Amino acid sequence: MNIAKNMLFKKEIIEPSDELVKETFWQDVFKSLRKDRMAMAGGTIIALFILVAIFAPYLAPYNPYEVSLDLQFQKPSMEYWLGTDMFGRDVLSRIIYGSRISLLIGIVPSLITMLIGIIFGIIAGYFGRKTDFIIMTVSDMVLSFPSLLLAMVVMYTLGASLLNIFIALSIVGWAGTARVVRAQTLSLKNKEFVESARAIGVKPSIIMIRHILPNCIPQLLVLFTLEIPGSILSEASLSFLGVGAQPPASSWGLMVSNGKEFLFNAPWVAISPGIAILVIVLAFNFLGDGLRDALDPYLKQ
Amino acid sequence: MGHYIIRRLVISIPVTFGIALITFILLNVIPGDPVALMMKDHISADVVARVRAQMQLDDPAYIRFFRFIWNALHGDFGVSYKLNRSVSSLLMDAFPNTLILAISGALVSWIIGIPAGVLSAVKKRSFLDNSIMGFSLLGVSIPVFWAGLLFQYIFAFWLGILPVSGFDGPEYLIMPAIVLGWSSAGTISRLTRSSLLEVMRNDYIRTARAKGNLELKVVINHALKNAMLPVVTVMALQVAGLLSGAVITETVFGIPGIGRIAVNAIQNRDMPLLQGAVMFTTVLVILGNLVADVLYSLLDPRIKYD
Repeated sequence: MNIAKNMLFKKEIIEPSDELVKETFWQDVFKSLRKDRMAMAGGTIIALFILVAIFAPYLAPYNPYEVSLDLQFQKPSMEYWLGTDMFGRDVLSRIIYGSRISLLIGIVPSLITMLIGIIFGIIAGYFGRKTDFIIMTVSDMVLSFPSLLLAMVVMYTLGASLLNIFIALSIVGWAGTARVVRAQTLSLKNKEFVESARAIGVKPSIIMIRHILPNCIPQLLVLFTLEIPGSILSEASLSFLGVGAQPPASSWGLMVSNGKEFLFNAPWVAISPGIAILVIVLAFNFLGDGLRDALDPYLKQ
Repeated sequence: MGHYIIRRLVISIPVTFGIALITFILLNVIPGDPVALMMKDHISADVVARVRAQMQLDDPAYIRFFRFIWNALHGDFGVSYKLNRSVSSLLMDAFPNTLILAISGALVSWIIGIPAGVLSAVKKRSFLDNSIMGFSLLGVSIPVFWAGLLFQYIFAFWLGILPVSGFDGPEYLIMPAIVLGWSSAGTISRLTRSSLLEVMRNDYIRTARAKGNLELKVVINHALKNAMLPVVTVMALQVAGLLSGAVITETVFGIPGIGRIAVNAIQNRDMPLLQGAVMFTTVLVILGNLVADVLYSLLDPRIKYD
């Protein structure tokens, strides 16, 4: 061991031996995640849904858009596992195709939300003062809106379509992420490694991306996983209220909404797509919870 | 303390103003003439122009915005395009229904959530704990509208013990309140559990146990009081969630509340009514947040704001 170096730092330097650095942070996280049965179940279900969404044309027994009025409201049977709806369309096939919309709606707005939130949060936290004040005031305002109502207003203005749901959910969602990233940035920006980077003249943008952002990733990962079910539920709610996906798209929320008129005659039309929503949202919530526990050693015990 | 409340009140003014601005911008950039939309196309151009002038739609946007703020401060949100009644009277008619729904939803969530959270913290890592936490995650994950339909099918159609929809008496409130409260119950129970577990680690809990108290007494007398702090705050914050949830619950169960007004306003492209409903709800939420903050500082004198 280098004694001079030790004295210089006035601290004992532990040489990385094989025994100490057996596993990286992420390996450790993954290990404890694998022990969490609920999280693994959630992960498996999500993987299954992704496969279903990708291979929808091969898995769906019927054409989800094909209208045949003589097949209206067929009860669930061997032929039509989940029955048919008011236009004689196969409910199972529509749910299979609907998984594409729901996963897309879950993931894309969450990604946009994350990106906007990270940019604003890191800038607010790093620069502080006026910048911080302005960004945080706007995010306070956005957070004060009941999110569904704000999304409804945006959909009213932009008109109901899939792309506009992305926009609406992104406008609503970024503020929460920005808060988390800002808080993390505030606690990091006075740490030694950031100060030394600043001292040797690293540009603020590089400091933010290289030194601060990587330290926010654990929180962001949990936030992202828990943001997805929120987006899926919001889309379903918007579509249910008639300001989301438009017919003939087979969004699950829209399917429930269409089926509600015939709830007492043909309950399967409204009930089965709801189960699909519930299962995927639950799966993401289980995975997100597991991730949070795995990433937070304090709660792990 | 009084100082803090006043400061907090003063801060909510620009926030409310900003929200009014955001709402106004969002609702007033819509392409298409609201008057033409309202009257369909079989009306001559000069009539449209006259109505536009009457509704003062030809003024620049910033003048309309300040007029909107000025009138809103006087409790005047304009006149509904579709229903031709003053927006504030429509909102005032609907508000008590939403309030009753939100309060009963909140009660349901506390009655289920708090005991469930306490049980699950006391029996940590047991089968009971796991099932309660599983259930609470289920509550958070259930789409509110779908739960509503399921309830309607089971209790109104199948068992026939509750009315399907409408708002004519206390029995009409049972299903909506449970549906609305269920999802917040999940949040409350999880929060109660984690907060209680945190408090149970403290030294004074060990002391209380060492004195020979029953575990139940330790939990109720010593731990719960301190653990309820964050829970109480969330209860006030719940207002926002309940009001959002109320939009869907009111639609499913046909309750004539603010949420229903907002949904109908969107369907009829009734801008003043939507604007009024959004502003009204948001101000309620801001007040809810304010109450939460004040409650928190009242309950925990260690917290200083300056």
